[in-house]
Amino acid sequence: MPAPTRKPAPSSNWLDRRFPIRTLLHREYVTFPMPRNLNALWSFGAFLIVTIGFLIASGLFLAINYTPDIAQAFASVEAIDRQVPSGWFLRSLHMGGVTMLFACLYIHLGRGLWYGSYKAPRELLWLTGLGLMLMVMITAFAGYVLPWGQMSYWGATVIVNAMRAVPLFGRPVSELLLGGEGLGNIALHRLFVLHFAMAFAILGAIGVHVATLHVVKSNNPSGIDPATPRQTLPFHPYYTSRDAFALCLFLMVYAGLVFFLPDLLTLADNYVQANPLVTPRDIRPEWYFAPFYAILRAVPSRLSGLFLACGSLAVLFVLPALDRSPVRPATLRPLVRLSLPLAFLSFILLGIAGMHPPTETWLIVSRFAMAWWFIHFLVVMPLASEREITS
Amino acid sequence: MAQSETPPSPDGTKRRDLLATGTLALGCAGACALAVPFLESLKNPAASFQSGGMLDVDLSSLAPGQDMTVQWRDWPVFIQRRTHEMLAALQKPTHLATLRDADSKIRQQPVDAANWHRSVRPDYGVLIGICTHLGCVPSFEKPGSTPGATGGYFCPCHGSHFDAAGRVTQRAPAPYNLPVPPVTFLSDTKIRIGRSAGEPGFSMSDIQQI
Repeated sequence: MPAPTRKPAPSSNWLDRRFPIRTLLHREYVTFPMPRNLNALWSFGAFLIVTIGFLIASGLFLAINYTPDIAQAFASVEAIDRQVPSGWFLRSLHMGGVTMLFACLYIHLGRGLWYGSYKAPRELLWLTGLGLMLMVMITAFAGYVLPWGQMSYWGATVIVNAMRAVPLFGRPVSELLLGGEGLGNIALHRLFVLHFAMAFAILGAIGVHVATLHVVKSNNPSGIDPATPRQTLPFHPYYTSRDAFALCLFLMVYAGLVFFLPDLLTLADNYVQANPLVTPRDIRPEWYFAPFYAILRAVPSRLSGLFLACGSLAVLFVLPALDRSPVRPATLRPLVRLSLPLAFLSFILLGIAGMHPPTETWLIVSRFAMAWWFIHFLVVMPLASEREITS
Repeated sequence: MAQSETPPSPDGTKRRDLLATGTLALGCAGACALAVPFLESLKNPAASFQSGGMLDVDLSSLAPGQDMTVQWRDWPVFIQRRTHEMLAALQKPTHLATLRDADSKIRQQPVDAANWHRSVRPDYGVLIGICTHLGCVPSFEKPGSTPGATGGYFCPCHGSHFDAAGRVTQRAPAPYNLPVPPVTFLSDTKIRIGRSAGEPGFSMSDIQQI
């Protein structure tokens, strides 16, 4: 019987004795033990890495043709769309990539919440993942300012003013970032550098996140870690081929967005050059920031709104401390099984509310959804870990 | 393990080898195809738009024997008004014998300038002022400014000499005559650089070298 996986060929011994990269790759990506029962939700991490790859590649080539100057930024983006050969494709790939990235990121995060992947021993994996999400959000914000359209300008204005409202360090930090009072040439250049540099910082953080994963290994839908090698499968060829198949489906959706619906998620107002004297009538964030924007709007106090919008993310960071139950998947927890889907629904409702004008109805929906989001994490989770009778 | 269920065939190949190789090959082909738009984006975006670049120049202030320089598509363009002496010098057999390409056989001009005076009209010469050696801008030598000067161009970088029609001498390091841009006369004293009336389809990318 041949061995299930081949050993490195002897020809690599010279290299391996000096730099065991081949042994390491073999151990971490060929024989690496994976639980047998992973479902499709476990492919989204692979999607995220591939999307980041597309974003960095297209971003580098876009940066070649982009001018970070308020007089020329808008025109240079228009030139990319209309004059640079294949420029429309690179930009569409970049913009569509952001949507795919956030969609996968939220699903990846929801998967972790549903199956309790934040519990011991994976707390650090959870925290590095959340850190990555914050980095992606900062990068997406900085990137959205670069085309210098009306939405870029006014979206950034709102965020910068919100940042300024933070007591003590809000003003100094915003001045460091913007290099002055207003959103102008210096700010645009700094946001460009921030956007560019963060891309590579994210790449490094992914390395940390994946390294952490390879120490604690993957969680699985049953929430019980495999006890014996018989309960695992080697990463290659089982999960490489399955991830490859899932990636094909994922890329079909991505390609559909890039080639057939490049304007689906962009706002027409951002194809008007930034004008500091006129705010667009219908100002909306990109869909992936809509839930937080809805919270910001639903609270009638500037500082509290900012506090709660940040708090909605902060509760995720402290979740390993709030949820003390040793049972991981929500499927085995009657209370969480009801409460968590409602929290997911709240997030989606907040997102929809954030995309609509702040009418009375949407404000009420936002407030209820926001309330449930916090109740779930701050009340239900600690309570459930004490009282719940799990199956 | 699933792999143990497919024993190797007598020649040592395994059933999945074809699938694995095929997948790898298709994957590489896909990656190459994806690289095309990325590399394409590095091409000059202005290339397809350059055909629109036109420049109208008024020549009424240009006296015979004088030369002026205008900028067209980032290139210096020399416009000279030739005297009878300059035109006579251009046709002298002893002079022609010193030139590399006296008859403009090499494509450095539109067809309506492939003549002995390398221009649309003999009394006006229009040339792109970039030395075909290593790209310096030659300077105009007024006729009579130095002994024997017949109104040509001299490149300060490596000493290439061009006559008033932009034809390079055999002893110069420059390999080709100065390029001639497409020119149309709108009136007796007004030209449009960027379109050739004699060869409407002419594009600067058609010439041998700028």
